[in-house]
Amino acid sequence: MRAHSVITGLGPVSSLGLGADTFWDMLNEGTTAIAPIESFDPSGFRVQIAGQVQGANIREYVPKSYRKATKVMARDTELAVIAAKLAADDAGLKTRGSEEGDEGHPIVPARVGCQIGAGLIAAETEELARAVATAKDDEGVFSMKKWGTEGEGESGMNNLPPLWLLKYLPNMLACHVTIIHGLEGPSNTIMGAEASALLSIGESARVIERGSADICFTGGAESRINPLGLVRWDYAGRLVHAQADTNPSEICKPFDPGSTNGLLGEAGGMLVIERESHANERGATPYARITGFGAAQTPRPYIPAAKDIRGHDETERGLSASISLALKESGRAPEDVDAVFTLGIGNPVLDAMELGAIRESLSDDHGDTPPIVSIAHKCGNTMAAHAGLLSAAAALCLKHAHIPQSSIVYGQARSDRTPRVVVVCSSSLGGQAGALVLESCA
Amino acid sequence: MPIGDAHGDQPAPKHRVVITGMGWVTPLGQGLDEAWDKLLSAKSAVGPVTRFDASTCSTNFAAEVKDFDLRDRLGDRAAAHADAGISTQFALAATRDAWDMAGMDDNPPDLARVGIYLGAGEGVLDYEPYMAANISGYDPDSRSLDNTAWAQIAYSGMRPEREVEQEPQLTSTHIAYEFGTMGPTLNCMTACAASTQAIGEAFEIIRRGDADAMIAGGCHSMIHPLGMTGFMRLTAMSTRRDDPQHASRPFDKSREGFVMGEGAGVLILESLESAQRRGANILCEVVGFGSTADAYRITDIHPDGKGGAGAMSAALEQAGIDPHATDDAGRPLVHYISAHGTGTQENDKTESAGVKSVFGELATQVPFSSIKSMMGHLIQAAGAVELMTCIQAIQTGVIPPTGNLHEVDPVCGLDHVPLEPRDENHRGGVDVCLSNSFGFGGQNDTICVRKYTGA
Repeated sequence: MRAHSVITGLGPVSSLGLGADTFWDMLNEGTTAIAPIESFDPSGFRVQIAGQVQGANIREYVPKSYRKATKVMARDTELAVIAAKLAADDAGLKTRGSEEGDEGHPIVPARVGCQIGAGLIAAETEELARAVATAKDDEGVFSMKKWGTEGEGESGMNNLPPLWLLKYLPNMLACHVTIIHGLEGPSNTIMGAEASALLSIGESARVIERGSADICFTGGAESRINPLGLVRWDYAGRLVHAQADTNPSEICKPFDPGSTNGLLGEAGGMLVIERESHANERGATPYARITGFGAAQTPRPYIPAAKDIRGHDETERGLSASISLALKESGRAPEDVDAVFTLGIGNPVLDAMELGAIRESLSDDHGDTPPIVSIAHKCGNTMAAHAGLLSAAAALCLKHAHIPQSSIVYGQARSDRTPRVVVVCSSSLGGQAGALVLESCA
Repeated sequence: MPIGDAHGDQPAPKHRVVITGMGWVTPLGQGLDEAWDKLLSAKSAVGPVTRFDASTCSTNFAAEVKDFDLRDRLGDRAAAHADAGISTQFALAATRDAWDMAGMDDNPPDLARVGIYLGAGEGVLDYEPYMAANISGYDPDSRSLDNTAWAQIAYSGMRPEREVEQEPQLTSTHIAYEFGTMGPTLNCMTACAASTQAIGEAFEIIRRGDADAMIAGGCHSMIHPLGMTGFMRLTAMSTRRDDPQHASRPFDKSREGFVMGEGAGVLILESLESAQRRGANILCEVVGFGSTADAYRITDIHPDGKGGAGAMSAALEQAGIDPHATDDAGRPLVHYISAHGTGTQENDKTESAGVKSVFGELATQVPFSSIKSMMGHLIQAAGAVELMTCIQAIQTGVIPPTGNLHEVDPVCGLDHVPLEPRDENHRGGVDVCLSNSFGFGGQNDTICVRKYTGA
């Protein structure tokens, strides 16, 4: 039999709070945490509300010696670092990032991997604009000649800090986390929009399965709550246009044909997973066991902006294939599945495609599907982090043997069951899809 | 740690993995033989930047892909990919060549069992409207950004169809659309290590049985104003403005930075059973993959090169190759290492240290070269193109040289192949190669390939 991984640490960081306990409370209370954008003036933008992480001071989540390095962290990296720290603490691990005197199981650096899903990181607009403004020609247009300056002088690109690029490389999420915690095993940065964290967690389980690591820090983080990120995601057709005073629950309703479109969110969704025998040996209490993983591609995904790829499939075939593959590996049948945790952003076309995939892969003999759990209407679509949050939600439901009723957004056929086997799945802008089967350890 | 049954509860590896097709789009040319011949004659692809006015930049040169037209490969179908950035188009062309070489249309596999794993970079920035928004949105008097003004210019100038193509995973989407693949599809961005990582992870996906075949490799172009800017600010690129053809000088005492390149390299990996079933010509076998993190600093490589050494050791261990052993003729078992070899002071020094720590006394007997000396640094595409040169070395028995290597830096003292290619056919050719790629921030990957003999 395969070497299963278990989830032993959760580090959800989102507008639903910091850490597993708060996240669980908010899910039970049915809280929606979408609010007017505060990090910049959004009044000129078509989207003015978002699910923002509050009260996360990066300096409190890194060792004192690393505080200086937080200056070269983009928001995405900060969220990954905070989420990784919370997950490591929750798993009871002692790493280079632990404070002196902290309790915990000391890790073996070469045996710990790190796979963090990421998105494209937008350069800070004000910082770039300030530099670019020094390179205007007489007509007020950006001049490459003035930007160059042959490496000398105070104008042009020399207004950007020397390490400017390093702030925006997507692999910096994993690099900072590996440096802070001293993780020297296999490391990866998977970029597949909303599927990033799902695919990262699945690949981490495979790294452990093949014997290349005992533990992996895994999941994803992303923030598009900035001018460029917002415009790009809006252009991708996945955001509801909303003024600051809009009531989000009136316009974003997962799997409701009357829904308008999705909401913007930011998050860090990190987990610690480890080989089950390793967790047992150190006496850790796992939340859930990962018993299946599948990944597949929808040949013609729905991308409104990409007009060159014409037409789209009616269901997300990649998603249904992923779920079927993950179920097959776990040895479970569709009727065994007690709930499915999925994206459900509230875009009617995408939701219908997603629902089609769930029906195709998870319908039982009566044609019923398991209840669908979604959180994107509460904290926004958090992109590369999202499946990390969904996995944390699923793990908590399995641990507490309970699914908060307010999180179930579609289907009640099996909602009276105690959750023991659940599917977490995600598909992306671009058609990449993946699914995990998580099972109760009780 | 041995792979396989180290912990008693893991399955033995199931599938052997072979390479049956490859294609590239490089600054030295696009056909396999065309660019290979230029590599062997140590031709430089470096010249002035033509994509934008770089005349006042401290680095005003790069290795650009010339005369590229996707219609040459896809004919009328190229129109479906017109909005895709240039790097996606490079990848489509390279995939077409690899797909054809592997005979995928003649004798197709089950497309639900064919996946994609790329290290595709972000799409090329549509920088003019973006810069216009930045200029118009900035108020020099208050020294701050007027977000409302920025938004107005951004919405009116930036084009949805170009912005969405910035998403790196869309390269895979275009390829899946074009070739109809439906298997596992992933994209990684581990900086300069990305396409080596992608090929290594694709190897693992086939090895464990999650796919029968994978399209794997990478593509990237950072030859645009902000891409070049980032590396100029890091002072990572050569500034040899008066002599660009000799600017990329890995392992040379006078090296002073890398030279930017662009392009794509794509390979078809498949299980041995799949290749045999289809009757495909097997180019080589993939036998090892290692991935590590330096976990050291964002700005520096560990001085011992231990991250790179760890990746090489892990790949060799998986391949079952002892770096300290020799064959009956006293030759090391690894016949060529394709270096990451960027031409920066730090990379070349630490990579050499890593090779020495892995191979010990034999380190100076393993041929070692960097094709970045000739085609520049293809960033995320570099690893795939470099693995292809390893496969060419296995096929032909000839090792490509390091161009511009006139005086080896003593701290890089290894078995270099300066200026001229080395023909190894007199001693049995080239059987086993390593290809190294190390990313900014400390993500390291190595792949080990071996001649396929049918055994």
